[in-house]
Amino acid sequence: MPDRIAPSAADEGFRKELLSVLPHLRAFARGLSGRPDFADDLVQEAAIKAWTARERYQAGTNMRAWTFAILRNHYLSELRRSRRQTDLDEGVVEKMLVMEADQEGPLHLDDMEAALQKLAPERREAVLLVGASGFSYEEAAEIAGCPIGTMKSRVARARADLARMLDGDQPQQVEVKARKTG
Amino acid sequence: MNQPNGRGDSGPVPGLPPEVRRDGEPGWAGGLRKLYNSVVEEPLPDSFKDLLKKLDDDGDA
Repeated sequence: MPDRIAPSAADEGFRKELLSVLPHLRAFARGLSGRPDFADDLVQEAAIKAWTARERYQAGTNMRAWTFAILRNHYLSELRRSRRQTDLDEGVVEKMLVMEADQEGPLHLDDMEAALQKLAPERREAVLLVGASGFSYEEAAEIAGCPIGTMKSRVARARADLARMLDGDQPQQVEVKARKTG
Repeated sequence: MNQPNGRGDSGPVPGLPPEVRRDGEPGWAGGLRKLYNSVVEEPLPDSFKDLLKKLDDDGDA
């Protein structure tokens, strides 16, 4: 019978670090998939994978980058596995976006989210990693398993796409909501 | 005595106007971070607490 192993200090430290990155994993997963429930499932499954593989994690290195890579790979394998069942539920996306806080903003989060979901997947991932999560190009390239040059190019293209979609046809300080009623 | 400059190092402030953005940065870039941070700042659903508790209780058994 297996010995019951008391949690080691290393495990406890790992658990705390894992807990601290969960909110970031949720934000990344939601940005990638656009679906809150699916995103939360991904994060939980990625957290389990990270925990199971914790012996491969080197303490003191970048937990966020390590877990983002796990989540990203899990997301891609889930997509491949359930490609036929993947139907983007617009209603769910919209519900997620009726969040507080953006009422006063000149740029609405629903516009942002819709534009994000229109990006090619690899560009969406790139701009989420570098533009939202704050990873360096090098870290982002490592997470996505691509050369730095490729990551830079994806980010640049994503930025150009977003600028076209979001900054192109409306001045930033205009209250978009007011126009919708007219 | 130095006074913090109001946008100090304590992280994003809830309710901070989204138009606050870095020099030369397009508006959508701040919107993207705001979208991301809005999720980061959400409390974790209960299912996550259960998950971590489970990890704590069971180890990897």
